[in-house]
Amino acid sequence: MSNELIDFVLVSVALLGIGIYGLSVKRNAIRMLFAVEIIINAANLNLVAFGRFLPHSGGQTLALFSIAIAAAEVAVGLSLIIVAYRMYQNIDIADFRSLKG
Amino acid sequence: MADAVFLALSVITIGSAIAALELRSLIYGSIALMGTLGGIAGFFLLLDSPFVAMFQLAVYVGSIAVLILFTVMLVKRELIFKKVEDKRRKFVGIALMLVFMVALGSVIMDSGIKTITTDEPAVDFRNIGADFLTYYWPALILMALILAGSVTGALILARREDVENEQRTD
Repeated sequence: MSNELIDFVLVSVALLGIGIYGLSVKRNAIRMLFAVEIIINAANLNLVAFGRFLPHSGGQTLALFSIAIAAAEVAVGLSLIIVAYRMYQNIDIADFRSLKG
Repeated sequence: MADAVFLALSVITIGSAIAALELRSLIYGSIALMGTLGGIAGFFLLLDSPFVAMFQLAVYVGSIAVLILFTVMLVKRELIFKKVEDKRRKFVGIALMLVFMVALGSVIMDSGIKTITTDEPAVDFRNIGADFLTYYWPALILMALILAGSVTGALILARREDVENEQRTD
C-alpha cells in the first residue's frame, strides 16, 4: 500500500478546518448544515483510515453507524430549517433568535 | 508517499468542500457537496473498504445530498442567491481555520502516526457483517429505532397545519 496513514489524517484535518470555518462564518442555515456534513465526513475518514492501518474491523463498523446516524440528523435538521423558514420566511440564522412559536 | 490517485481525490474533495461553502448559489453549493461526499467514498475505496464506500454512496450521495437539494428548491429564489456575511467575521474565520489546521497538523506530524504502516490484508467485509449481527446487535436495533423515530419526527415537524384547518372549515 503506497498511501500512508498520515496522508489520510492530514486530509481529514483540512476538511475539519474547512468545516469549522463554515460554521463560524456562514449565516445561512443550509450552509451551516453543509459544514456539519463536512466535519462528519472528516471523522468517518479518520475512523476508516485507522481501522485499515491497525487493522481492526471496528473502524468500518463505527463508520457505518456514524453514516446512518448522520442521515437521521440531516432529516431532522432539514425539517427544522423548513419549519423556521415557514415561520420567518428566511433562512438566515440571525433571524432565528427567538424560536418561540 | 501518496500516489497520483490519492492526490487527485484529495484535490477534488477539499476543492469541492470549499466550493460548497463559497459558491454563490446554494444549488451549485449542494452539487459541490456531492463532490465532497463522493471523494470521501473514493478514499474509502483506497482504504480497501468497498462496503463502507458503497454505503457512503448510497446514503450520502444518493439520499442526503438529494434531500438537501430538494430543501434548497423549497426556499425562495432570492434567498438561494443571497449571501450575507460580515467581512471582518470572514477574516477571523479564515484565521481560525488556518490556526487550527497548522496547530493540529503540527501536533499530528510530531506524533508517532508517521511510523504506522501495515502489510496485513484488509478487513474482510464478511467480518463486518458478523460483527454487526453478534457483538453490535443491540446497537444495530437501537440505530434502527433512532432512524425510524427521527424520520417520523421530521415528518411531524414539517407538516403544515394551516392546510388541514382550511379543509376543516370547508
